[in-house]
Amino acid sequence: MNARTSSQRTPKSGSDAHPPIDTSRRGFLKAGAVLTALTVGGKSLASDGADGASKLSQGRMGVLVDLTRCVGCRRCEWACNDANDNPHGKLEECDDQSVFASLRRPRTDQFCVVNATRNPKADPSPTDPPIFTKIQCMHCEYPPCVSACLVGAMQKSPDGPVTYDASKCIGCRYCMMACPFERLTYEYDRRFTPRIRKCELCSHRTHDGKLPACVEICPVEALQYGKREDLLRVAHERIAAHPDKYVDHVYGESEGGGTSWLYLSARPFEQLVDVGLPRLPDKSPAERTEHIQHAIFKGAAGPLGIAAILTTLHFLTRKGGHA
Amino acid sequence: MSASFHIPAINHSTHTATDSRRRFFTPGMLVVTAIAAVGVGAWLFRMLFGLGAATNLTNAYPWGIWIGIDVATGVALAAGGFTTAFLAHILHRERYHPLVRPALLTAMLGYTFVALGVATDLGRFWAMWHVMLPPFWQPNSVLFEVAICVMCYLSVLYIEFLPAACERFIGRVNLPGRLAVLNHPVDRALRIADKTLGRFMTIFIMAGIMLSCMHQSSLGTLMVITYGKLDALWHTPALPLLFLLSAFAVGYPMVIFESIIAHRSFGLPGERSLLAELGRFIPFTLGLYLSVKVADLALRGQLPRLLVGDYYTQMLTIEVCFGVLIPILIFSNRHLREQTRWQFIGAALVVLGVAFNRLNVFLFAYSPLERGATYRPSAIEIAVTLGAIALTVVIYRAIALILPVIEQLDEHHTPHSRHDQRFPVVAPLSSHPISHPRPVTPTVPAAESNTVVGVKE
Ligand code: SF4
Ligand code: SF4
Ligand code: SF4
Repeated sequence: MNARTSSQRTPKSGSDAHPPIDTSRRGFLKAGAVLTALTVGGKSLASDGADGASKLSQGRMGVLVDLTRCVGCRRCEWACNDANDNPHGKLEECDDQSVFASLRRPRTDQFCVVNATRNPKADPSPTDPPIFTKIQCMHCEYPPCVSACLVGAMQKSPDGPVTYDASKCIGCRYCMMACPFERLTYEYDRRFTPRIRKCELCSHRTHDGKLPACVEICPVEALQYGKREDLLRVAHERIAAHPDKYVDHVYGESEGGGTSWLYLSARPFEQLVDVGLPRLPDKSPAERTEHIQHAIFKGAAGPLGIAAILTTLHFLTRKGGHA
Repeated sequence: MSASFHIPAINHSTHTATDSRRRFFTPGMLVVTAIAAVGVGAWLFRMLFGLGAATNLTNAYPWGIWIGIDVATGVALAAGGFTTAFLAHILHRERYHPLVRPALLTAMLGYTFVALGVATDLGRFWAMWHVMLPPFWQPNSVLFEVAICVMCYLSVLYIEFLPAACERFIGRVNLPGRLAVLNHPVDRALRIADKTLGRFMTIFIMAGIMLSCMHQSSLGTLMVITYGKLDALWHTPALPLLFLLSAFAVGYPMVIFESIIAHRSFGLPGERSLLAELGRFIPFTLGLYLSVKVADLALRGQLPRLLVGDYYTQMLTIEVCFGVLIPILIFSNRHLREQTRWQFIGAALVVLGVAFNRLNVFLFAYSPLERGATYRPSAIEIAVTLGAIALTVVIYRAIALILPVIEQLDEHHTPHSRHDQRFPVVAPLSSHPISHPRPVTPTVPAAESNTVVGVKE
């Protein structure tokens, strides 16, 4: 491998396996220089990443979902499909309640779905209807999908939406592994140009001053679009005004580091885990990973440490005899 | 690749022994080559018809065996390259030199197939080059770090392996037909490369070890972000450390495993006592891994779960008992360590144990939020994975026959050290199919190479 190995393989140097000390010392210095250059390069890379929430604008937008109002009409599904050029039937077809028999998840051709949670009581009365939960990408404040994407195809825009740029994507699907809500879908059936598909908070509509399609169509104002901080205030006011009606928790205020979509519910959120509101810690999973990653690479501590250990060992074992 | 690989032996007295060892296609190799061929077909199917047609991947299971086996396990099992280079070149344990090249060859082929595996799994593989251009870089991504390190390390491995090619062809460049005018320039280039590389090789070896440590650990960090999906027995912030330590631990067992298989398959006597010496390190590296693993489970309050005996604890128990505890016992026992059979069993257990660990982390202990979602690799996925392994074996064998990799197989090798007198030496060939006959005086009388036949363990 190095000078010694190759020289070993020539008949002459069989007995003398060690090159003169001074060349080895030169090699050692060179090794040090190159390793330092490498790690300093690594350091500058690791330190200037986008740091999650810090880039967000104060007036970023979100949607408040009041599950106590939702009647399960599925008009939002229809409007979402319509706004995103996804296949859809007539509006009346939404009235088909049979889809609630199974739990559905967002698909490549349908970015939002409404699921039903039956009342856990054995014999629910007609005044105790199921809870309907609309799910889609939550537009995390510190999105793991963005943190995971190695080519920056996933972006958190400062005003709220998490968007996807197919022209950058290489199709590794690490973002899907990272999403703690499991909301990303992938076009496996496209042979050469599969894309990630997700709700983008209708940014193409909101840029034109329109409401997100699902919000616009909702007949009972279960969905409300606005600045996230305003929505949070509204949510807490509603809870305060009707403590009997709501559980005292705004889902999404802190889950997974906070999300742009916020939920109010009459029943404990633990009952809604299966339909799509998992229990998450207050910290984004991305934050933890980035901390580990930066702890190892910031200041190039890890690589430099390894380089130092290696050069020391290389030196020590050479001087202090050998096996 | 057929009869041309049959390299004629010149020493007629050892004809049969030499013959079996120089043949490319043994019955076993025919099977391996067939598996490789099927794999190539399956791979073409994926490339032409896409991931949907070829795999059983879903939104709930975006990563399957191509990432779990080809990439994650592949990288771990290629750890023999940097761990032996560390021993022989950083710690100057000269006697381990014969083990370095085979390990480097495995690492080089292993990483080549890791890269191919990634490319196969990428939905938009044609956009892969994005990873290399700074405007696309997203340094917060663990996968970015892994990708860059793997690319750099792959180049370093090719550089580290280049001296083998230089050695083989310097003074023996013999291009066919009209290209023969290039013989001299190519030879000069090889000589310059050999000299330059020789001077800088320590740097490349150190860079290789550094890059290995970085991405072996980051491969563990990859799964830290999958919150709530990976079972808590494996999901820990210490995952990078555990991945690094298990990579250290699997390096030498992988070298032992390969050495025994390669020597047997080439009909060579083997390196039993050297492997026994190498085996002494294994209880320490495995023990270090085990103590960190146990401490991690204890700190996170997961130890009591081991008494429950559910699916996950069973998987962990299998992993640790067979992959860690039993090999520690085997390799700490001096008597067992000296026997090829136990060396092989112990090494194979560690190799399978680490592979099982990677599979647990990437597949078995991963449960998506979507209830009832399952993943079972498709026939195409399995064929591609097996094909990649088989193709690695085929190429390994071909390169081992052409280049000086396995010391006992190297017909141009001359004894160079005091310690391995027992290595039989085959006299230089007079009519080598791919080399120009070079005027070398055999350093060992032909009669002495008869020892080949007689050498037994
Ligand atoms: S915001 Fe737009 S894309 Fe997202 S769920 Fe609503 S309609 Fe669909
Ligand atoms: S819910 Fe998933 S896809 Fe949406 S922003 Fe969060 S991590 Fe990304
Ligand atoms: S699949 Fe595309 S968007 Fe998702 S992480 Fe990979 S490159 Fe980024």
